[in-house]
Amino acid sequence: MKAKIKVTLKKGVLDPQGKAIEGALGSMGFAGVEHVRQGKYFEIDLAETDRSKALAGAKAMCEKLIANTVIENYDIELA
Amino acid sequence: MKSAVVLFPGLNRETDMMRAIEAVTGTKPVLVWHTETTLPDVDLAVIPGGFSYGDYLRCGAIAARSPVMADIRVKAMKSLKVLGVCNGFQILTEAGLLPGALVRNAGLRFVCREVRLRVENTRTWFTNQLNQGTVVSCPVAHGEGNYICDGETLKRLEGDARVVFRYAEGSNPNGAMNDIAGIVNETGNIIGMMPHPENMIEPLHGKTDCRPLFESLLAA
Repeated sequence: MKAKIKVTLKKGVLDPQGKAIEGALGSMGFAGVEHVRQGKYFEIDLAETDRSKALAGAKAMCEKLIANTVIENYDIELA
Repeated sequence: MKSAVVLFPGLNRETDMMRAIEAVTGTKPVLVWHTETTLPDVDLAVIPGGFSYGDYLRCGAIAARSPVMADIRVKAMKSLKVLGVCNGFQILTEAGLLPGALVRNAGLRFVCREVRLRVENTRTWFTNQLNQGTVVSCPVAHGEGNYICDGETLKRLEGDARVVFRYAEGSNPNGAMNDIAGIVNETGNIIGMMPHPENMIEPLHGKTDCRPLFESLLAA
């Protein structure tokens, strides 16, 4: 089973990299870019075949290492 | 005062830190490798600056989960003093030993220069030889020193005088909330700061402004 995890900055946390990308897109001529937030994406192959156990495992990984929950949210998708 | 400097792969300020502690306190710290599961019997553990694990994942994230940190956590719950400088500060926040987080500098650039630092709390074991409000020169060198925390935490930090160092007006190099450069935990034994006082203690550094910080260790 594969855990696909998206980690994003919480609302209100300044994202200077997102801002820089936003500025670059604008200067490249892409019109209508209102806001950019940068995040991270992880794919973790799990030996676990039970869906709920895999989800619980991935959640623990996010809480303990993958995300810093002081500043980041995470979203897990199992595939 | 017995001290240890903790070394993770990728740190690079351990020699400067050991030198500063020895030069001012007269006692040489022991260097402890991160795979050690037990910290030697010391009064103070210092986590110096650098780029532990190449800043992979997040600055300090991997180091915060290494074996030696488990023992530091246990001993810090008792009476061990812990000082984290720069990457060491990031490691302490990642380990949950200090509140908040250090994120990318607001200006996106790595900043390596001297800043003016105001000492806001002189009742700590690292600032007791300075007067309240004293402004010292101190170098910074970091790309992710922008301190943030939630509103409730900020209120507590400010209300309990737990902001130990603040960038003096016009000196904030990274956009940190309330110009916060260094904080102390609730019980007063864990201090984290972004600037590098170990690099401003002898004439060759240009100034000796930060020498009293290390002298404080002797009086603590």
